[in-house]
Amino acid sequence: MTAVVAADGLGKQYGRRWALADCTLRIPPGRVVGLVGPNGAGKTTLLRLAVGLLRPTAGTIEILGRAPGDDAGQLGRIGFVAQDTPLYPALSVADHLRLGGWLNPRWDDEMARRRAGQVGLDPKQRAGKLSGGQRAQLALTLAIAKRPELLILDEPVASLDPLARREFLQLLMSIVAEAELSVVLSSHLVGDLERVCDYLVVLAASRVQLAGEVDELLAAHRRLTGPRRDPRTLPAGQEVIEESHTDVQSTLVVRCGGPVLDPAWTVEELSLEDLVLAYMSRAREQGPADRTLSVLR
Amino acid sequence: MIRLTWRQFRAQAMAAFGALAVIAVLLAITGPQLVHLYDISIIPCQARGDCSAAATALASRDSVLQGLGVVLVIVPGVIGVFWGAPLLARELESGTYQLAWTQSVPRKRWLAVKLGLVGLASIALAGLLSLMVTWWSSPLDRVNADPFTLFDERGVVPLGYAAFAFALGVTAGLLLRRTLAAMAVTLVVFAFVRVAVTLWVRPRLLTPRHIISGLGQSPGLGTPSPPQPGDWVISDATETAAGRVIGQNGAISYGGGRYGILFGPQGNGRVALQGVGTCPNQFPAQAGAPGGRPSAAFQRAAQECIARLSVKQVMTYQPTSHYWPMQWYELAIFAALALVLTGFCFLWLRRRFA
Repeated sequence: MTAVVAADGLGKQYGRRWALADCTLRIPPGRVVGLVGPNGAGKTTLLRLAVGLLRPTAGTIEILGRAPGDDAGQLGRIGFVAQDTPLYPALSVADHLRLGGWLNPRWDDEMARRRAGQVGLDPKQRAGKLSGGQRAQLALTLAIAKRPELLILDEPVASLDPLARREFLQLLMSIVAEAELSVVLSSHLVGDLERVCDYLVVLAASRVQLAGEVDELLAAHRRLTGPRRDPRTLPAGQEVIEESHTDVQSTLVVRCGGPVLDPAWTVEELSLEDLVLAYMSRAREQGPADRTLSVLR
Repeated sequence: MIRLTWRQFRAQAMAAFGALAVIAVLLAITGPQLVHLYDISIIPCQARGDCSAAATALASRDSVLQGLGVVLVIVPGVIGVFWGAPLLARELESGTYQLAWTQSVPRKRWLAVKLGLVGLASIALAGLLSLMVTWWSSPLDRVNADPFTLFDERGVVPLGYAAFAFALGVTAGLLLRRTLAAMAVTLVVFAFVRVAVTLWVRPRLLTPRHIISGLGQSPGLGTPSPPQPGDWVISDATETAAGRVIGQNGAISYGGGRYGILFGPQGNGRVALQGVGTCPNQFPAQAGAPGGRPSAAFQRAAQECIARLSVKQVMTYQPTSHYWPMQWYELAIFAALALVLTGFCFLWLRRRFA
C-alpha cells in the first residue's frame, strides 16, 4: 500500500532557521492523523510542504505516491484547509460552493449543498460575516466536496469555541466514515485530537519526536513511580522519555518493549495527553534543532 | 477559473464600463454639434484666410468635456493602482491564495486567467476612452496648431500606458504582498516612467530633424516658432563652430551661465563670447540709447562677430509627419514593458512559490 505521506530527510529553511528539519515519516493510508506540537514547531511548514505551497530545502516528500506538484491531477487528490480558514470575504456561501464546482472536475455539488445545509450555513451570507465556526465548516465543506483522497487540515479548530470545536470534529468524523479518506489534522492541543485520531505525530523543536498508531504508542509507554533511583540503572529496552525526582521518589515516563517486571515500580498507563507532553518537554530540554542534529542521526 | 475571476472582478468592471457608457452618451450627443460648429465657422473663415477668432470660439466649447483628455492621462494610472496592484496582493495578504492554489487548478493557469481577463479589460477601457476622445475632439484638433502637446491624450498610446500600468501593479503586488504598499509603489513608478519617457525617450523615438541657421537669422527670441505649423520643436540651441552648446532659444549663456545675454534687439554691452572666441574690438563705445534699441552700428558689429566665430542656431524638431509613427513606437515600448513584467510574474510565481 502506498503511504499517504512519505517524507525522507525533509527540511525547510527560512534564512538561517530551520522551520522543519530532518523529518522522516511514513503514514499508512486510511488513518486519521493528529499532528501535534507547540506553536512554532513546524506543523504548518510540514502541511504546506505536503500540499505544495512550499518547496523543501532538503529531502523529499511524497503524497499518495507522488511529489506535490502544481498540476490539476495531484491538486485534485488533496483537500486542504489552511490555517485561519481563508475565504473570500466579499463572496457569499453560495458563491464559494459555486467556485468549488468551477475549479474542481470531481466536485460533488449535491454533497456540498447538503453539508452546507446540515451545518446551517445561509447560502446568501457573505463569507466575511460568518462566525469562526461557520467559516471552518464552509472551508471543510469546500475541501471535502472536491472528493479528495487525502484531507489536510491546519489547526482547523484553533479559533473555535468549545461547542463549535465539538461540532466541527463531529462533522469531520462523519465525513471520514462516509468517504473513506485519509485525514491529517494539526493542533497544538492534544485534547482536540484525542477522540478523532488513530495515528499520532508529535512535532517539536522543528523535528518529529514521535510517530505511530495511537494504540501502539499507548501500549508502549508507561509511567513508573517508585523509590528514588538513577534512571541509568534501568534495564535495556526501557528508554526514559521524561523523569522527575523528589528526595525519596522517582517518576519516570519510559518507552518499553515489554512488560515492566521490577516490583519496586508502580506501573501506570499514560493518557495520550501525558504521552505527548512527555515528548514535548523532552524536546524542549534537548534544545533547538541544530544542537541535536548529530545526536538524532 | 474564468468564472471565478469574473465573479471577483465584475463589480469593479461594471462600475468602470458603466462610467464609460455615460461618457459615451455625453460625447455622442455633443460630438455632432461640434462638427456642425466646425462646418459653419471654420470652413467659411478658411476661405477668407483668417481663422484665429473662429478657432478660439470653437476651442472654448464644451470645456468640461475637453477635460476628458486629462482623464485619459489619469485612467491608466488608476487602472494600475486599483486593478493591477490588488489583483495578487490582496490574495497574498489575506491568505486566500492558499484556497485558490489548492483547488484543482494549477497556479500558472490561475495567474494567466487573472492577468488575461483583468488585463484585457484594462486595455479595452483605456482604448475605448481614447477612441471616443480622439473622435470627439477631431474638429478641435484640426484647428489646434500643436498636436504634439496632446500626444498622450489621443490615439493609441493610452492602450500601452494602461497595459504597462496594469502589469506594473500586478508585479508590485506579487513582490510586496501588501495591497497598500503595492498601490503606492505602482503610482510612483508609473508616474516616473511616464515622465521619463515623455522627457527623454519620446524626442528620440524617431531621428529628429535639424535646421541650422546663423544666429542673427534665427526666428527670434523666446519660444521658437516651428518650421511648419504643428511641428514639435524639441530644442533651439546656440552652438559654436565645434558644436558646443552655449545657449538656448537665442540667448547666449554668458559669465558662467548666470547671466543670459540676449543676443538680439535687447542685447547690449561689450560682447566677448566667452569660450567661443573674441572678436577684435569693433564694437562702438555706446551700444545705443539706455533702454532703447541698439544702434545700427552695434548690430552690424555684432553680426560680423557672429559670422567670424561661426556661431550658429540649431533647431531640433519632429515634423508633424512623425506624429503617428511616434504613437506606434511609444505604444510598442509600453507594450513591451508590460510583456516583460508579465513574463517576470510567471517566473517569480514558479520560483518563489514552489
